[in-house]
Amino acid sequence: MNNKTTQKDLFLMLAFAAVIFAMPIWLEPIGASYPDLMQKFAIFGIFAIGFNILFGLTGYLSFGHAAFLGIGSYTAVWSFKLLTMNVIPGLIFGTLLAGVFALAIGFICLRRSGIYFSILTLAFAQMSYNLAYSVLTPITNGETALQLTLQDPRILDDAPLSGAGLPSTELFGVSMSGLPGFYFCAVVLIIAFYVSLKIFRSPFGLKLAAIKSNQNRMGYTGFNTRPYLLAAFVISGMYAGLAGTLMAVTDPLAGAERMQWTASGEVVLMTILGGLGTLIGPMIGAGLIKYFENIFSAFNENVLHEIFSFLPEILENLMVFIINPFVGKGWHLTLGALFMVIVIFLPGGIMEGLSRIAKWVRKDRSKPTGDDMGTAKSKPSPGEG
Amino acid sequence: MENVSNIVLNVTGVEKTFGGLQALSNINLQIEEGKTHAIIGPNGAGKSTLLNVCVGRLAPDSGTVMLGDETLTGKMPYEINQLGVARVFQTPEIFPELTLMENVLIPALAKRDGQFKFNPFKSLLGDKKIHDEAMSVLEDLGLQDQAQRNAASMSRGDKRRVELAMCLVQSPKLLLLDEPTAGMSRHDTNQTIEILQQIKKRGMTKVIIEHDMHVVFSLADHVSVLAQGAIIAEGTPEEIRGNPKVQEAYLGGAHL
Repeated sequence: MNNKTTQKDLFLMLAFAAVIFAMPIWLEPIGASYPDLMQKFAIFGIFAIGFNILFGLTGYLSFGHAAFLGIGSYTAVWSFKLLTMNVIPGLIFGTLLAGVFALAIGFICLRRSGIYFSILTLAFAQMSYNLAYSVLTPITNGETALQLTLQDPRILDDAPLSGAGLPSTELFGVSMSGLPGFYFCAVVLIIAFYVSLKIFRSPFGLKLAAIKSNQNRMGYTGFNTRPYLLAAFVISGMYAGLAGTLMAVTDPLAGAERMQWTASGEVVLMTILGGLGTLIGPMIGAGLIKYFENIFSAFNENVLHEIFSFLPEILENLMVFIINPFVGKGWHLTLGALFMVIVIFLPGGIMEGLSRIAKWVRKDRSKPTGDDMGTAKSKPSPGEG
Repeated sequence: MENVSNIVLNVTGVEKTFGGLQALSNINLQIEEGKTHAIIGPNGAGKSTLLNVCVGRLAPDSGTVMLGDETLTGKMPYEINQLGVARVFQTPEIFPELTLMENVLIPALAKRDGQFKFNPFKSLLGDKKIHDEAMSVLEDLGLQDQAQRNAASMSRGDKRRVELAMCLVQSPKLLLLDEPTAGMSRHDTNQTIEILQQIKKRGMTKVIIEHDMHVVFSLADHVSVLAQGAIIAEGTPEEIRGNPKVQEAYLGGAHL
C-alpha cells in the first residue's frame, strides 16, 4: 500500500510538471498562451498553493496574505536596484523577509482563532498597505510605485554602457521577460508544488490537518498547537513572498495596491474555488480566476454587440444590456456569481466536482449500487464570502 | 499511604469554586500503581470537575495534583499529556475528518515527537514502525479492518473505542476515563468492560468515572464516592455497596 501511494505521488509530480511546462501548447486553443498570462498562472498558483498550507490544512483563514506578497515584491525590486539584475538574490531575500514578517505577524495574530484571527490578519495587512502607500514613502515610493532607474547603483553588475536604457531582469544572462520568464516561474512553481506535496505527506502535515479537525483534542494528545500554527503561517507567508518576488521578476515594479485587502481576498477565492485542502485545487482555482479575469475584462460593449449581431436588433440590445454589467470592469460580478454557485453546489470546489465525476464514471462502469455520495473531506467554514 | 513510591496520582486538598458554588471541597485521593479507581456520585457531584483539574483544563483554587514526583497543577494540558496522562472524554473527542489509522497515528507521534517537532520533509508513509504501533492497538480493539475508514462515519460506540485506542497507543502512566460506556448498548458496554479488563492485566493505572454500577463493580479495585463536591465514602466495591451513607446520597435509598 505504501509503495502504491509513493508511486502515485511520483506520477502526480510528473504529470503536474508536464502539464505546467506544456502550457504554451495546450493553452493555445483557448487563447491564453501568451507569456504574460501564463506567468500570472504560475505566480498566483504559488500564492494559492502556499495559502492552502495555512487555510486548507489548519483551517485558519488569513485575510492578510497580500502583505507578504507586497513585501516580496518590494524586496526584490530593491535587490534589482541595489545589488544586481540577476533574479536569484531578489528571490531569496524577498522570500526570507516575507518569512520574517510572517513570523512577527503570525506570532501576534495566532493568539486568537476563528474570526478574531481573520480580523487581526486583515488589520495587519491594511496597516502594511497604508505604511507602503504613505508613511514609508522613502522605501516604497508611495503611490508612484517602486521602479528601476538609471541611477541605481547595482553594485554587483557591470556598469551599463552609456546611453543604454533600463536593464531587464535576468538569470545568468537570460532575460526574464516573455517566454523565458514564464519557464522560470514554471520551474519555481513546480518546486513549490513539490514542497507542498512533501508537507501534505509528512507527520507535520498530518498534525496540521488534525488541528483543523479538533484542536481541543490536540492539546489533550500532547501537542502544543501554537508553534505548529506559527510554522504553517510562516511557510505560507514565504510562499506569498516568493510569489511577490516573481511578480517583480516578470515586471520590475512594486506598488502598494499589491498589498490591498482585495488581493488577500482573491487568494481566498482561488483556494476555495479550486478545492480547499486539496493538493492541486488551489492551482486550478488560481488558473481559472486569472483566465476568466483575462477573458471577461477584455470584453466591452462593442465586442458584445459584435457577438450578438446575428440576433434581431432589439434582442441584440437586450442581450448586451443584460451581459454588459458582468464583463469589462464589472467582471468581479461574474466572479462573485461563479463563487456562489461553487460554494453552494460544490463546497469542496472544482476538485470535489472532479472526484464526483470520477466516482460516477467508475460506478457506471461497474454495477450501479446504493447511494454512495462522497462526503467532502474538507468543507470551507462559513463566513469567508 | 504505606508505600509512597507506589502512588501514581496524588491529589491533596483540592478546592474549586464556580461563583458561589463549591464544586470541589478538600479533595484528597491517592491512586496506586496498576489499580483501577472508580469515582462515582450523582450528577453535579463534581466528578468531571475533578478530572478537568487533573488534566489541566481547570486550575484548582488551592491544593495540588501530583503524578509521581511531578506537579501537574499549573501545567498546560499538552504538558500533562506528555508526562503520561491520557484522557477519554464523555463525548468522544476524535478527529472526525481523518481515518482511524490517522486518528491513532497522531497520539503515537505525540509520544514519539514530543509537544512540537518540525519535520515537513519526512515521509509519514515511509515510517513503518509507527504504523505498526498504531495498527497493533487498532487490532487490540478490533478495529483493524476499518483502519482506512473515516472516523466521522463510525457509530458512537465505535468512536469511543477509537478514542480509547488513541489513549492506549501512548501507553500512558495514568488513563482517565470519563463515563466510557455512556450511551452504549449492553453489548458494546460488555465489550468495553472486556477491553478495560485486558488493559488492567497490563498494569495500567486507571481512574474511571462511571454511572453504570455494573461497569464499576466489574472493573474497580477501589471506589470513591463524591457528593456535593466532597468525598463521602471510600473503599472496595463491596464496602461501598453496603454503605448506607452512599445509598442515601447516591441512590436515594435504593438498593444496589
